[in-house]
Amino acid sequence: MGYVIEVNGPIVRLHLPAATIGEQVRVGALGLAGEVIAREGDEAVAQMYEHTDGLRAGEAAEGLRRPLTVELGPGLLGTLYDGLQRPLTELRAASGDRIARGLDLPALPRARRWPFSPRLAAGARLNGGEVLGTVQETASIEHRILVPPDVRGELLELAPPGEYTVTEGIARVRQDDGRIRQLMLSHRWPVRTPRPYRYRDHAVLPLITGQRILDTFYPLLKGGKAAIPGPFGAGKTVLQQQIARWCNAQIVVFVGCGERGNELTDVLDFMPRLTDPYSGRPLLERTLLVANTSNMPVVAREASVYVGITLAEYYRDQGYDVVMLADSTSRWAEALREVAGRLGQMPVEEGYPAYLGSRLAAFYERAGRVQTLAGGYGSVTLIGTVSPPGGDFSEPVTRHTKEIVQTFWALSRELADARHYPAVDWVESFCGDVTAAARWWTTNVDAGWQAARAEALALLAASAELTRIVNLVGVEALSAEQRWTLEAAALIKEGVLQQSALDPVDSHAAPAKQYLLLRAMLDIHAQGMRALGLGVPVRRLLELPLLVEARRWKGHYGSEEVEALRARVASIPQVFEALVRTHQAPDARG
Amino acid sequence: MSIVEYRSATSARGGLVLMRGVPGVAAGSRVLLRDAAGGRRNGVVLRVSSEAVLVQVFEGTDGLDLEHTWARFLDEPYRLAVSRELLGRVFNGLGQPRDGRPPLIARERRDVNGAPINPTARAYPREFIQTGISAIDGMNALTRGQKLPIFSGGGLPHNRLAAQIVRQARLIGEEAGQFVVVFAAFGISNAEARFFQESLEDSGALTRTVMFLNLADEPVIERLLTPRAALTAAEYLAFELGYHVLVVMTDMTAYCEALREVAVQRGDVPARRGYPGYLYSDLAELYERAGRIRERSGSITLIPVLSMPADDITHPVPDLTGYITEGQIVLARELANQGIYPPVAVLPSLSRLMKDGVGRDHTREDHPQVASQLFASYARAQEVRRLAAIIGAEDLAEGERRYLAFAEAFEHRFVQQGEDEERSVIDTLELAWELLSLLPREQLTRVSEAELARHYKASANPSALAPP
Ligand SMILES: Nc1ncnc2c1ncn2[C@@H]1O[C@H](COP(=O)(O)OP(=O)(O)OP(=O)(O)O)[C@@H](O)[C@H]1O
Ligand SMILES: [Mg+2]
Repeated sequence: MGYVIEVNGPIVRLHLPAATIGEQVRVGALGLAGEVIAREGDEAVAQMYEHTDGLRAGEAAEGLRRPLTVELGPGLLGTLYDGLQRPLTELRAASGDRIARGLDLPALPRARRWPFSPRLAAGARLNGGEVLGTVQETASIEHRILVPPDVRGELLELAPPGEYTVTEGIARVRQDDGRIRQLMLSHRWPVRTPRPYRYRDHAVLPLITGQRILDTFYPLLKGGKAAIPGPFGAGKTVLQQQIARWCNAQIVVFVGCGERGNELTDVLDFMPRLTDPYSGRPLLERTLLVANTSNMPVVAREASVYVGITLAEYYRDQGYDVVMLADSTSRWAEALREVAGRLGQMPVEEGYPAYLGSRLAAFYERAGRVQTLAGGYGSVTLIGTVSPPGGDFSEPVTRHTKEIVQTFWALSRELADARHYPAVDWVESFCGDVTAAARWWTTNVDAGWQAARAEALALLAASAELTRIVNLVGVEALSAEQRWTLEAAALIKEGVLQQSALDPVDSHAAPAKQYLLLRAMLDIHAQGMRALGLGVPVRRLLELPLLVEARRWKGHYGSEEVEALRARVASIPQVFEALVRTHQAPDARG
Repeated sequence: MSIVEYRSATSARGGLVLMRGVPGVAAGSRVLLRDAAGGRRNGVVLRVSSEAVLVQVFEGTDGLDLEHTWARFLDEPYRLAVSRELLGRVFNGLGQPRDGRPPLIARERRDVNGAPINPTARAYPREFIQTGISAIDGMNALTRGQKLPIFSGGGLPHNRLAAQIVRQARLIGEEAGQFVVVFAAFGISNAEARFFQESLEDSGALTRTVMFLNLADEPVIERLLTPRAALTAAEYLAFELGYHVLVVMTDMTAYCEALREVAVQRGDVPARRGYPGYLYSDLAELYERAGRIRERSGSITLIPVLSMPADDITHPVPDLTGYITEGQIVLARELANQGIYPPVAVLPSLSRLMKDGVGRDHTREDHPQVASQLFASYARAQEVRRLAAIIGAEDLAEGERRYLAFAEAFEHRFVQQGEDEERSVIDTLELAWELLSLLPREQLTRVSEAELARHYKASANPSALAPP
């Protein structure tokens, strides 16, 4: 037993001689939770996950002899946890509308019995990460009960099919060191230790999100890392929610880190009502939520992202493709800064400690596509938002993150102010995996994908250049071809890139629809160029009702109506042929 | 409650007093100090150790010495007495009466720091509040339980706008005056405070208002407590008594400056422009106290007002506020200079909860589309204006000139309105259609064909009748 020496906000100094760095502590009469982050002689410095108001010097402190761990097993899906994996619904039942301190609640329901089907038989040789059996956790997700990664030995006994709670023994193992260990449907894992796998493999498949600016222009592979930086109100959270709703991963982990309470309420409201477009089941059945809202204690923010990524890795190890969304990684970095400041560590930039970059890199490194210990494949795709102060991308968190990620979806204030959503800036954004994505698009959608993408980006770049000219000398200075290029770029922006999350038809676009829409705009551009070459005045082209109609296609044709859209796109040349004909007929001038 | 007084201060500066040899003090507890002149001051414990206790003094350390400063440590956090009798009262920044009436007789005293709401206990705000102001109702609608700040600048009419919102706020189909008002002012002038008081009095709202005032010439550190006291009152009125509470807090920049002052004295590592790294969390602890709670009938709608130093929206105070609140109403000096009231710059303004509070079942079916179209058209009009400034309006194409006319009409008829003018949301939408009808019909692609057929006023724009 130790005692409190000093209380300084979230940092407390304890007399706790045998403490280990990373060890969990319980402090004071309330049993506030915290973690040892430094040792000096007989003293330990701890960062507290809960507010320390009311704590006094001399109060008792206890080390728990274990690091921060999460409980892994059936019952995780559909649950909303706080940053320490306490279930918030149960917390409300225990302490009311406001979160009380010092409460310790089990993460997984203790009373619930799960139908277990064994896969192995007694006598089998067991390795860590192997599948002992399965539990149907939700209608769409089969939970594979894994041997904890640190267990090896001989399976002495495995429970028969039947219903078990997460704390009942279902297997006995004689470990290689001779000790007998009992296994359950659940096990614990320390959140700051990445879960092991056999090897890391290439990411090969794009994550399909149904968002055109992402999938078609700046794709992200399953197992990749992406960042969404942007000023306040630019649409980071909405974009992540869109990904959570529509992406073709099997499991989604959403970590609300230092953000708004109402946003989680929103998620909790819509998740049970919406269905997973791939399994047809309520979205909540494939989703895990971790929430440490901005008004909750700062230090637990840091814990929350590690809790989230460990949950993600656990489902990866079962062979699933998992997407982990963290909103916002800046709030987590700020928690690091706050603790560093209170410890008197030397700040290097805007108050951040020198280890900011390496912490971020190590965290993102937990993403990836792997061969699991059980021999299958799984992936964790990591998508973090960044909230740069003043929208300034040169600040430390954005800068470091940009160096780490493969895909960068930069949100712009200008686009958001003009209500161009998603406000993903097609100039600032990047993607390092276009070639890999192209293989998938070529096989599954159209061989012309990569060329079409490049052509569209070139058009957008050309139009940016032309806009600069127009702003200097007016549109009259442009040639007919240049004016048509401007119009085509506008078509791409309004008819392809803009995609409202609120549009019931267009909120999600299947890859085939994405490609057709882009193809259509490029065809219109090409056909118009041809018509110009045949002498049709650009004014005639700009008056075409087709241009208005094309802007409405995205909201008119749903993803199931791709064939109708295809037919409409196929008829584009006729519009231009008719125009050329009337223009060439001598009596039709005017 | 401790009755022992200590006289063991070893240092005092910048609102902080360090005391030695005080046993068993709890972090965050309240302190009563007596200075050499016998004056009483209030403090709170920031840091404790077995040797020393650091106390923040709300009235500041001016006039304190070490020899004659006595401190009594109350074994409890700073609390506010709450009861129905809060209504109609005026308090100072620490929650003590400043209206000459006796302190509240209350059975309950609440920790002003509050406690975080469990996200599963929240109810999502969905009820549209009609403010009667077109720029807000039409394009940046407020909902009950939302936190929507006003970003302003020195000399702009933010207080007049806030007062107008307070006077006119109502749910559709209900009378105005269903809200009770908590008004917290820090760092504002006497004249500004009086303006509010009179405005509330004129509308008969004073009896359902609680005020917490810490004016410009009053102790700076006291401001750190003022919003907490005000929000504690609001929480009690909303979640115990079931009132719908509108909280106006002005000026948040003064609050943040006070926080910075103390942070510097404490030696906290600064993040941006001298503000401490925890400014975000500190503001979030305040703003997140707004909202709705399941199975409770009341609500807290929060309208913080802040002045942006040098009109800079990237300054840490507006910036961090914007990262926490559910949108922002931005006032623009260019508009104010043209005599436009309220000078709401709609493009940088945003209401994130609007999408759930307008449209069918809330206001009118076409509302979301109309708002989206207004944003798109006005953004386009701004581009055309920039172009016109370079090449001259005469050289614009005919279609582009229409945008200039639209922008003028939009600013002078839609945004601009009287300080006592209350427009119903239906009137606002009708006005919006009238203005949109100045534009070529085929360019209104954010509204559906069906809505166009119903609302587009072809007469305003004869050429739109003929197909191209
Ligand atoms: N794809 C979209 N479709 C439609 N509306 C959008 C879209 N993206 C953003 N918006 C609008 O922008 C608002 C702000 O978006 P969001 O809350 O995602 O911003 P944010 O970048 O997360 O801001 P903060 O950093 O403050 O949390 C939304 O409430 C919505 O009105
Ligand atoms: Mg957000």
